[in-house]
Amino acid sequence: MSAHPAKAQRVGMEVSIAVSHAVQMARAEAIAAYPITPQTHIVEHLSSLVANGELEAEFINVESEHSALSACIGMSAAGARTFTATSSQGLALMHEILFIASGMRLPIVMVVANRALSAPLSIWNDHSDIMGARDIGWIQVFVKNGQEAYDHTIMAFKIAEHPEVLLPTIVNLDGFILSHVVEALEFIGQEEVDGFLPPYQPRYRLDPKKPVTMGAFAMPEIYTEVKFAHQVALTNSARHILEVWEEWAGLTGRRYRPVETYLTEDARVLFLTMGSLTEVAEVAVEEMRAKGVPVGLVSLRLWRPFPFEALREAVKEAELLIVCDRALSPGGPGGPVHSEVRTCLYPLETRPATVNYIIGLGGRDVPPEAFHDILAQAQKEQESGPSGEFFLYGVRG
Amino acid sequence: MLEIRFHGRGGQGAVTSVELLALAAIHEGKFAQGFPSFGPERRGAPVLAFLRINDRPIRLRCKIAHPDVVLILDPSLIRIQKPAADLKPEGIIVLNSPKDPAEVRREFGFTHRLALVDANTIAREILGVPITNTTMLGALLKATGVVRVESLEEPLKERFGPLAVKNFNALKTAYERTVVEEARS
Repeated sequence: MSAHPAKAQRVGMEVSIAVSHAVQMARAEAIAAYPITPQTHIVEHLSSLVANGELEAEFINVESEHSALSACIGMSAAGARTFTATSSQGLALMHEILFIASGMRLPIVMVVANRALSAPLSIWNDHSDIMGARDIGWIQVFVKNGQEAYDHTIMAFKIAEHPEVLLPTIVNLDGFILSHVVEALEFIGQEEVDGFLPPYQPRYRLDPKKPVTMGAFAMPEIYTEVKFAHQVALTNSARHILEVWEEWAGLTGRRYRPVETYLTEDARVLFLTMGSLTEVAEVAVEEMRAKGVPVGLVSLRLWRPFPFEALREAVKEAELLIVCDRALSPGGPGGPVHSEVRTCLYPLETRPATVNYIIGLGGRDVPPEAFHDILAQAQKEQESGPSGEFFLYGVRG
Repeated sequence: MLEIRFHGRGGQGAVTSVELLALAAIHEGKFAQGFPSFGPERRGAPVLAFLRINDRPIRLRCKIAHPDVVLILDPSLIRIQKPAADLKPEGIIVLNSPKDPAEVRREFGFTHRLALVDANTIAREILGVPITNTTMLGALLKATGVVRVESLEEPLKERFGPLAVKNFNALKTAYERTVVEEARS
């Protein structure tokens, strides 16, 4: 038997369009979206697919993202496989509904094209939008290229709808840097997607014939227990996420891990990245290795549930860990990723020193040279003792 | 890897050109990455678009700082953007201009390899409008041979439907008429 039996069809297309085809192949039954800025081509193309009869789904154009996710909650609660997509201000406007979706344990899938928040007005990429939604109780993954965006969109439905999981899931892809790029990727066949992802079988659903209450009122006597149950479900989802990713690896040969490593063997210094920065960092790390510098790369794919053990294992041998954030916690300790990484490593007896660089805010270009520069700066900081809590790379004073 | 930067104005189709060429390269089994200089583009404002083509997957996710090729749809951009300033020494300038190479070199101080075609005239003759993006792809293919001319036929059909034939003819005409001149020291 071949290692990856799925027949692949090689295509070239904009990553947003590829995501919409992933949603089509997943046979989403219900989509609600606010159709204008800051939306991407993801739902624009999905609306065409529905209008042309190429996807049998209910598509609701609503007047705001707040309503988009509210409509998704209704449709998911009625038992439909439900999808939406948004970005930056749109995600911010959804904020209160994000908690309702996860609290009601509705397996909605959302793709977020990560972009900066205003003001000043910026339409460009960073992770400010999703870091503002860190604690919404959804499963969250990050992808580094178009192929991964396609793969994880399909897998997200299977993860979210797993009877032991039942949690909404976000696939984060870098706005513009990925969402608006035309590149080569591989689709698997519809039959193979159907085999991988059978129709959604809701455990409970809104049905006038069998009335149930969802998202009910909770007295102080029960609220904490409901939050605890949600926390346990989210933590335990990790094993089902891995099962789904392994099944996908069997089908496609593409294997995903909560924490992924690149050229980390014998590395004294490690970079840590998320999203599309990872591929640029891979190029930089290769260049460093070619010069004999023992540097490696660790990337976080799974952001929620946070992969504590896998991260500890990945970085335990290193002396210095350079954490690259694409968002800033103003007035705080720097970047949100660094805060969590430091918390994760704190209980270890021996752990690498960490230093935090915030890069690529609001669409600032990050070429491989930036990583070379950061390596030199970080090593100096390590020698002299850090001169700050974090560093905003390349900022003009 | 070949890195190409397109210089145009909003509405001239630079981004479309990049997409068409990326698709053609991918159809040939290559890897390609095409993207605009993301931003609030406005009709008439200077626009950049970027294209990388390689035999292996492309992992760079940044703008092209030192291109192998700059393609200039609109010569009026040369004084504003200085497109050749960061072109690699062995790179090539592909320019839409009715002038002859010596005159272009004199006017703009270009020393690189130079591919010239009067795309406006071709586009007016064949398409009936002075929109030169698909025409200039012919000049680019003549200058670089990065993909086969026929490989553009399918992406053009998908993009332009019934208008694809005229666009393909404009491209082929530009391919025939483009003059390529070696670098000057």
